[in-house]
Amino acid sequence: MSLLQPSMEAAHGSRAAHGPRAPLSTLERTLGVFAYFLTVYKRTWRGSVIARFLSPLFFLLSLGIGLGSLVNARAGGVDGLPYLQFVVPAIVATQTMWVAMGESTYAVLGYIKWNMGYHAMLASPMGVRDVLRGHFLSIAAQLVLATSIFMAIAALFGGFSSWAALWCLPIAVLTGMAFVTPIFAFTAKQEGDDGFNILFRWVMTPLMLFSGTFFPITQLPGWMQPLAWVTPLWHGVESCRMVATGAVSWLLLGAHVAVLLVFAVAGWWLAQRAFTKRLVP
Amino acid sequence: MSVDELGVDDAVLLRATGLTKEFGDFTAVDGIDFAVRKGECFGFLGPNGAGKSSTMRMVGCVSPVTAGELRLFGLDPATDGPAIRARLGNCPQSDTLDEELTVAENLWVYGRYFGLSRKEVRSRAAELLDFAQLTDRANDRVEPLSGGMKRRLTIARSLINSPEVLLLDEPTTGLDPQARHVLWDRLFRLKRSGVTLVLTTHYMDEAEQLCDRLVVMDHGRIVAEGSPRELIDGYSTREVLELRFDIDDHATRAEQVAGIGERVEVLPDRLLVYTDNGDEAAAKVHAAGIEPLSSLVRRSTLEDVFLTLTGRSLID
Repeated sequence: MSLLQPSMEAAHGSRAAHGPRAPLSTLERTLGVFAYFLTVYKRTWRGSVIARFLSPLFFLLSLGIGLGSLVNARAGGVDGLPYLQFVVPAIVATQTMWVAMGESTYAVLGYIKWNMGYHAMLASPMGVRDVLRGHFLSIAAQLVLATSIFMAIAALFGGFSSWAALWCLPIAVLTGMAFVTPIFAFTAKQEGDDGFNILFRWVMTPLMLFSGTFFPITQLPGWMQPLAWVTPLWHGVESCRMVATGAVSWLLLGAHVAVLLVFAVAGWWLAQRAFTKRLVP
Repeated sequence: MSVDELGVDDAVLLRATGLTKEFGDFTAVDGIDFAVRKGECFGFLGPNGAGKSSTMRMVGCVSPVTAGELRLFGLDPATDGPAIRARLGNCPQSDTLDEELTVAENLWVYGRYFGLSRKEVRSRAAELLDFAQLTDRANDRVEPLSGGMKRRLTIARSLINSPEVLLLDEPTTGLDPQARHVLWDRLFRLKRSGVTLVLTTHYMDEAEQLCDRLVVMDHGRIVAEGSPRELIDGYSTREVLELRFDIDDHATRAEQVAGIGERVEVLPDRLLVYTDNGDEAAAKVHAAGIEPLSSLVRRSTLEDVFLTLTGRSLID
């Protein structure tokens, strides 16, 4: 047995041979972390199916179809659009917020505090940047998966009127990441789950209700409308709706996407700071 | 660099000079110096809170140095952390395993962090599971395993990259005696195969069993350094007579015993009489008409060294 020396076939130039080891490329480091989360996901995906795929489906059925038939009958839809097609792109954007919450709160605190998965990574050549990049990539992959499946189901119910709606996918993933990165920064400062309850009850739920998801924010009192402008969700909802319904104002779309990018990038920067402070004391 | 210096640097894998760690106003490690040579087992012995783990985390390049100089393989952790960690095995105090994954999966994912190929990871994992005596549990989830098995898995995992130096922070804390002996046996084998071991412990028997050389730490400082034998010879007598009395406060009996042996230490539950001849001291106690509940002669240990140096026990 050769614990000190690596296996024969790998001895030359191997990273398990004594002496200086070949440094890992950024891609190798990112994929190393990603491989861990993929392994975890393979074990847990069944449990996440219900939360991920069924709950937006329930919204689709109850609001899109149930409430929608009432809205269509009484008001002729929203600005001439059938209510289902009005609400579906918004739900696409909104479900990413919930995926983001699910992936960036308890799970992340677990890797910090409970199973200390991040500590294990940081004892290897990985740094905080690599850990974040790999974890963000794995969440982005989950956002792609969850959004694709929901969009496919919504399309079957007639939630989209054109193929241009496919643009909802990248926008929704960006919307999700605009939540993921700042919530990572928030989570890195938590000791217990009290903060998460506040986040769920006082941030996420109001956002879902007042970001133009179920009705245009022009229906809100004038003083409330600017509140919607500063939240990422409204920008995600508006841009998804634009590309799905074909009523695209390129200027506005650019502005919405820019705001989402600012949230994602600023959140990333804050997460990096908070993680470094917490994990490399 | 002269040939002489080269020779010296070659043998020393790890060197700290004035190494300091502060957390706000609290100084956890207070300017310590030490060096670890290739192939030896070097230990940090001290009670909880002595600064051992903070030292270990700096050495493991997972916690930045506040002041002083630290070099591993001649490299500075501040600038070459990843390159150093690529050559280290890091066994932290609490197992950082993913208990939802299987034993083998824990090794595989960890190997990927070091950039090992999938094939390399698989073949090393098989070797290491054999070493850790976990081959038959390879496909079981980690969670239901015993503490000793988890510890062995953590050690196996830390060997995935064939480290040149293995860091073990309190490797056997919380394990039952049998599990500790199994683990010690594994560590002996590693040492024999040439891996340099650096460990912390608050068990004097562990330090005596495993360490070629060790430093005794207290309040962030090194209070003594040497081989276990040198430390015992230098800071304690050859033997110790332990006396227990049927009283609440053993201090009241210390006066009576004073003068027998070189020195008397008072513990809450017994008196320790330091002497080079325990039987002779026991006879003197008896002759003086002092009747302890029990008396026991034993050899001095590192525990006695610590008690002499600090006036306190290693484990409260």
